[in-house]
Amino acid sequence: MAEKINLKIDNIAVNIDEGSTILEAARKINIRIPTLCHHEDLCVAGNCRVCMVEQVDSDRLLPSCAMPVSEGMEILTNSLKVRSARKQVVELLVSEHRADCTRCYKNGKCELQELSSEYIVGENGFIDLVPLKNYSIDNFSPSIIKDDSKCIRCQRCVRTCNQLQNIGALSVAYKGEHMKVSSFYEKPMYEVVCTNCGQCINRCPTGALTEKTYFDEVWSALNSEKKHVVVQTAPAVRIALGEALGMPAGEIVTGKLVSALRRLGFNSVLDTDFTADLTIIEEGNELLQRLKKALVDGDTSVKLPMTTSCSPGWVKFIEHAFPEYLENVSTAKSPQQMFGALAKTFYAKKIGVEPENMVSISVMPCTAKKYEADRPEMRSSGYKDVDYVLTTRELALMIKQAGIDFASLPDDEYDSIMGESSGAAVIFGATGGVMEAALRTAYEVVTGREVPFENLNITPVRGMEDVKEATIKIENVLPEWSFLEGAELKTCVAHGLSNAKKVMEAVKAGTAEYHFIEIMACPGGCLGGGGQPIPTSPAIRKKRSEAIYREDALKPIRKSHENPEVVHIYEEFLKEPLGKKSHELLHTHYTERNRY
Amino acid sequence: MTEVKQLVKGLADQYGRNEECLLPILQGIVTSEQHISEDAMVEVARELNISAAQVYGTATFYSFLHTKPLGKYVIRVCKTITCMMHGKNQIIKELESLLKVNLGETTHDGKFTLMETNCLGQCHKGPAMLINDKPYTDLTPEKVREIVMMYRNKELRSN
Amino acid sequence: MKKKHLQRLDLIFKNEHDIEAILEKTLKRGNDEIINDLISSGLKGRGGAGFPTGLKWKLASEEQTDEKYVICNADEGEPGTFKDREILQSVPHKVLSGMAVCARIIGAKKGYIYLRGEYLFLKPQLLEVIDEFHSTLDKMGLDFRVEIFLGSGAYICGEESALFESMEGKRGEPRNKPPFPTVQGYKSKPTVINNVETLAHTYSIFKYGPDKFKDLGIQDSRGSKVFSVSGDTPIPGIYELEFGMSVQRFVDDFGDGDAKAVQVGGASGFCVPRKRFDKTVIGYQGKLRGTSLPTGGSMMIFNSSRSMYNVLHNYLDFFVEESCGQCTPCRVGTQQLLLGIEAVKKGDQPSSYLDRLMDLAEGMRVTAKCGLGQSVANSFSSIVENFKEEMIY
Ligand SMILES: Cc1cc2nc3c(=O)[nH]c(=O)nc-3n(C[C@H](O)[C@H](O)[C@H](O)COP(=O)(O)O)c2cc1C
Ligand code: SF4
Ligand code: SF4
Ligand code: SF4
Ligand code: SF4
Ligand code: FES
Ligand code: FES
Repeated sequence: MAEKINLKIDNIAVNIDEGSTILEAARKINIRIPTLCHHEDLCVAGNCRVCMVEQVDSDRLLPSCAMPVSEGMEILTNSLKVRSARKQVVELLVSEHRADCTRCYKNGKCELQELSSEYIVGENGFIDLVPLKNYSIDNFSPSIIKDDSKCIRCQRCVRTCNQLQNIGALSVAYKGEHMKVSSFYEKPMYEVVCTNCGQCINRCPTGALTEKTYFDEVWSALNSEKKHVVVQTAPAVRIALGEALGMPAGEIVTGKLVSALRRLGFNSVLDTDFTADLTIIEEGNELLQRLKKALVDGDTSVKLPMTTSCSPGWVKFIEHAFPEYLENVSTAKSPQQMFGALAKTFYAKKIGVEPENMVSISVMPCTAKKYEADRPEMRSSGYKDVDYVLTTRELALMIKQAGIDFASLPDDEYDSIMGESSGAAVIFGATGGVMEAALRTAYEVVTGREVPFENLNITPVRGMEDVKEATIKIENVLPEWSFLEGAELKTCVAHGLSNAKKVMEAVKAGTAEYHFIEIMACPGGCLGGGGQPIPTSPAIRKKRSEAIYREDALKPIRKSHENPEVVHIYEEFLKEPLGKKSHELLHTHYTERNRY
Repeated sequence: MTEVKQLVKGLADQYGRNEECLLPILQGIVTSEQHISEDAMVEVARELNISAAQVYGTATFYSFLHTKPLGKYVIRVCKTITCMMHGKNQIIKELESLLKVNLGETTHDGKFTLMETNCLGQCHKGPAMLINDKPYTDLTPEKVREIVMMYRNKELRSN
Repeated sequence: MKKKHLQRLDLIFKNEHDIEAILEKTLKRGNDEIINDLISSGLKGRGGAGFPTGLKWKLASEEQTDEKYVICNADEGEPGTFKDREILQSVPHKVLSGMAVCARIIGAKKGYIYLRGEYLFLKPQLLEVIDEFHSTLDKMGLDFRVEIFLGSGAYICGEESALFESMEGKRGEPRNKPPFPTVQGYKSKPTVINNVETLAHTYSIFKYGPDKFKDLGIQDSRGSKVFSVSGDTPIPGIYELEFGMSVQRFVDDFGDGDAKAVQVGGASGFCVPRKRFDKTVIGYQGKLRGTSLPTGGSMMIFNSSRSMYNVLHNYLDFFVEESCGQCTPCRVGTQQLLLGIEAVKKGDQPSSYLDRLMDLAEGMRVTAKCGLGQSVANSFSSIVENFKEEMIY
């Protein structure tokens, strides 16, 4: 038990655990202290200096985010000294900032803007430093725009990329007046190890790091007579979109999402969940095939453990960091890209649209998906399989632009052919979801029975633990799977790339023996993706996760292989999992990438 | 193995492969190459198992760890207060005309780079400068001419 | 009437021949005894912050872990300071002895000298001395080793927590405090970090006892102090003097007869104008009034031919460059101060803008993360206040 500390903040007594900060103590009694460099997901930096508070009888102010409480402390959060210091810090930040809010993507959603609207800087600020600076904008990446003129150097992105994600694409470079956030050698983001995960975007308080937006391109497609615009929506969008449109975290808005997309003018409103189910069939069979080759045929060239491949941030990460393991990654494309490849082939034919007249859009919780859609491999249909990728945030903006009152929309349903999905597909959006979905199907394929978990809920792979492990014993198998009789399938689930790195290092060191590993690049899985509404925090991600499992439980179909549209597409088009058509359209390969 | 790879590997063998060895390794590269090239940084990152961006970020923090090529002899003239009071500007003018470069530039033959630096801890003997790690103090234009002459002769002899 | 000269002391630089014997004798004494001697001597850190040295060692000795470090701060980057170089050149044994005793007391096996890159030329000689010293320690049975860690041109790395970061292979960005170094220093282990001169003084205390040290100086400022004297003086150099002299006495001895200001403590110190020479006493800020000596003993004298605008401009230029850049008040504040005085000088801003800059400097003092940003106000305010006309015209 931690010791309790008594202190007073603005004359109100607080009692809090030893080791807490003044900021935490103030929040406990609902006193808001402004912060910029502080973020709940990250370690304390204490560098922006807006959270300064006064300790009675002491000369210097204290950074409340970094200063631990001590017994008998008397803190003032709103003294004249505090207010003028805070205002000065804001004035200084604004003086080195290209504050053109009216042209800024972050306008209305920016922490610096919010703060400066409280501490009106006015006309007699400090000298404008912007003209003296050589600020540059890097907009060469298909996913990320880095605009140094909007950066307040809080290092939230650097801490995100180095600690939370442990990638190291960003660092602080130079010192003094030249100090800046930089990639290796100030190379453009698309040339370095950046995985496009967008976690830094989610935590950047300003417009310095944003996703590259494509809504203008999408609007013109929607307004083009000749074009048939198809949209797919990822599992994690439906449980987070509401947040960006004034609803609380954890609302399921699937029906409203579909309505809104119809209102925006999309010709076919379809679901990435459909191809999530398809992914399970392809990836599950790939796993079983690898196991068979290794266990029955004694084929030593088969690579195990097999890892999932649906998170493009993870894929790019392994291409940079563990290229010797590329053959361990499932060759199955991500649901987005499976969808894209099928949209301009199978679906186009079905609805009688020429693929060149089809525009394929996806709405994703993810910024790495933009990069994924741009990969040269992703043209199996003969066209760009997915033309434009929108984030959850961009879609919210489009809904606002269209003047739609989202909250009052009626519920609607996805179009058919590629719009049906199971609960297994929905949980793709949460860490452990792909594993759970795969197990629900694979176990049944092998044994003919449902997975031995109550209500199909494979709880050991659920939750926000860094790395989860589960061993599934396979017994009483069907005759054709007799080689798996009594086998223990060892699985591992990791979310966030720093955890992924831990797992891969263990695999490399030979200290971990797994058959199947699920990895999602983002904390919490796609529900915490880089394209999701801002802010993010452990509490928000927990709410989103609960919503996902609620949606799963509500689904009449819970297993991918029971999705009737999936059954149908195999009968009519794909013929069999891992078959010729699948290889043409649904599988891919990977490329080794540089070390920086 | 390329030359840089060899150099970095040798330094890592000598100092170790922890993060704490980063500065000594970077300093070792500067001692033999005057600057830390892009390739050298990638190698350092690989040897220490840290990100290349971290190597870059750290290197650029320190004014003696250059990431752009420099001459064989790096002349750093102190620009801080007492040296300024005692005529560092004259010294720089003299050096500029001797070497035919401006501040921050390297001579065409790649031998000398002229730069300014902050206080060298020789203020009682200002103006002062460093040539690589060797301090020169109580500088006058005449003295600077002799010093440069000495380095030039040394170079001639070594050719 | 010619006044008596300030007494030149010779505690630090005296070439002692019994350093080994004193070390051996000291190591035979109990930890508490040595710490008590240090505390009663009144020795305070000579690196800037002036923390009582005995207490620092005591705090580190009380930490319960087996990995601890002793670090000698030889980053000496404060403009106008050069005494640590001289100490390391002429009496390195004293510094090493201090480190060894500290190591024994706190239980450290490893010590480092963080030597600024500008002093690389000292390294070969120092390494020889260290080698020799290691064999002495072996003879005495003390398991302690000293290494040199070289800086690479960053003033801020003299700040203790930035120094640890730098040794850990990172950018020299100061850390939040608490935790303090005696609890979490180098590699997050309890660490004693002392200035070169502080460590050399401990030797004198071991040898002569605390009283001899305490008899020198005044009130909160005990002992002798090594001053780095530069600027408009006929006799620039390094001088060991007693604490407690007035700036006037100092100027009488060292000035060129035309001193208009003395900058005490380097760019991050205070500027004392002629009219305050008499009232200002050199010593740690304590119960004394009008005292100032916040850093390592730099004394820069300016005569009436000097423009204080140029002096301040030079200091600000230094800070703009040498700030680590992480915290807002210091990174942006230093740039604003520099551009601000330029704008006033050029007439682009009214002279009243100086008041706004004074407020800014004061704000930096209370909000900046480390001593660098906090002390910019020292020189800024004392120069602008006392030489306002020079700033404007
Ligand atoms: C910007 C800055 C630079 C500093 N530079 C030095 C330095 O070069 N040498 C030094 O001994 N202390 C320096 N210090 C003080 C150290 O942080 C630390 O207080 C000192 O090394 C402790 O030793 P002492 O107690 O013996 O003085 C500096 C402090 C600041 C804020
Ligand atoms: S980043 Fe924020 S403050 Fe800056 S221009 Fe954009 S909205 Fe305005
Ligand atoms: S997108 Fe991800 S990998 Fe890229 S810089 Fe941001 S946090 Fe790092
Ligand atoms: S890019 Fe954003 S998160 Fe990173 S330092 Fe700048 S403002 Fe902070
Ligand atoms: S005060 Fe200056 S040097 Fe210190 S932490 Fe802040 S920016 Fe860095
Ligand atoms: S929020 Fe506390 S210093 Fe930035
Ligand atoms: S001012 Fe030039 S060496 Fe100190």
